[in-house]
Amino acid sequence: MTTGSIIISMAAMGSLGAAFAIFLALADKKLKVDVDPRLQAITDALPGTNCGGCGYPGCAMLAEAMLKGDAPPNACVAGGADTSIALAELLGVEAVEHKRMLAVVLCKGGTKESVRNATYEGEMTCTAADITGGDKACTYGCLGYGECVDACMYDAMAMDGNNLPVVFYDKCVGCGACARACPRNIIEMHPEDHKLFVYCRSKDKGPHARKVCSVACIACMLCVKDCSVDGGIVVKDNLATVDYKLAPQNDESTKRCPTKCILYGVEERVTRERFYASSRKKTG
Amino acid sequence: MQLILIFISASLINNFVLTYFLGICPFVGVSNKTENAVNMGMATTFVMTLTAAVTWPIYHYVLIRFNVPFLEYVAFIIAIATLVQLVEMYVRKSSPALYRALGIFLPLITTNCAVLGLALFMVLREYNYMESIIFGFGTGVGFTLAIVMMSGIREELEFADIPKPFQGVSITFIVAGMMALAFMGFAGLIRG
Repeated sequence: MTTGSIIISMAAMGSLGAAFAIFLALADKKLKVDVDPRLQAITDALPGTNCGGCGYPGCAMLAEAMLKGDAPPNACVAGGADTSIALAELLGVEAVEHKRMLAVVLCKGGTKESVRNATYEGEMTCTAADITGGDKACTYGCLGYGECVDACMYDAMAMDGNNLPVVFYDKCVGCGACARACPRNIIEMHPEDHKLFVYCRSKDKGPHARKVCSVACIACMLCVKDCSVDGGIVVKDNLATVDYKLAPQNDESTKRCPTKCILYGVEERVTRERFYASSRKKTG
Repeated sequence: MQLILIFISASLINNFVLTYFLGICPFVGVSNKTENAVNMGMATTFVMTLTAAVTWPIYHYVLIRFNVPFLEYVAFIIAIATLVQLVEMYVRKSSPALYRALGIFLPLITTNCAVLGLALFMVLREYNYMESIIFGFGTGVGFTLAIVMMSGIREELEFADIPKPFQGVSITFIVAGMMALAFMGFAGLIRG
């Protein structure tokens, strides 16, 4: 290897690169696509995290749909009210009310409450564990490997000391990535004004559900009876279900629950700061 | 005769995807719908044919001429990247729907190892210019054939009753393995 060949290779690559660059520049002129300038403005106004909460594959796709009028200006769930107002202005349409959505983890059966009947060894993800059934006796409950936490792009979830995912009320933007990640569909997306939840997904019959988990819904019908509106809560497949169109949002129906799996207004108590403050206390 | 042999060899017997296992990424990534698979195959065939047509003169008239054949990798990659850019611009202009359907896999043709592999094989086997172009085209046809067949099978698989652990990518890989096995049968087509 001599200086000569270094110079020759540099010259060869340089001229090849320059030739291709000129060719591409010419082709670009010829094949230019005119893009609506508003498209860039809309894309910039969106959060740009590509969380998929709106149902489109990414922010750029949503921007295109908005421009075409296929999506309303409040379609971005992650952006919040400010984004939807800004977008409405850009699109020149009237602003629509933005309803905040939140992720709710509908299982309280962590390590302490649930019974284990197996040892799970293998890929430590919920999807993999769900194929074999996981290590908990309850086949409807949280598997506890934190796939939802990994899916969250907003730092709004963590696994607590009881091996259950926690959603931070102040951080969750409602994109639904965690709900899509959960193989057992334990996480549901709800508007902010829903406060009454049945924290159990078990469709097992009462005695069995009670045997495998201390906070399972055993379909005892007490909440159904206590609900002030008829049909506000119904028991379907051995599981109490809140009808959000009918049920009053108060703690009336939660008081007599023997397993304390129906709760009112506990979601907003968890904020990121509080969660980490309490976990520090425990470890320290 | 030599040209026909090269074409058949590149497209069937030494199919890049199913015997050399090159270009698996788009083979699995874009093969869920036959329509997209056909378009992807055509785009790749186009890029491959042009790659052969462009890299051959670069290798023989620039790299060999100036005695710097060790630059082949870099030179081939920029040539491929330029061609892919060109195809991308053209597709974007002519068919925005196809542009969206192909998505990230269109620029990823640049890093499709089948395209680079084709350019390197072409040099290695000392093909002349015409042979190289036929080789490039044949490779593209072979790639299209593999990806279109795969997409046909995958469309059927959508309705098949597959055990849960095998659903999705797993069954796709198993099918790909079986297809590779079947393509081994073509090895008997040409003796010697």
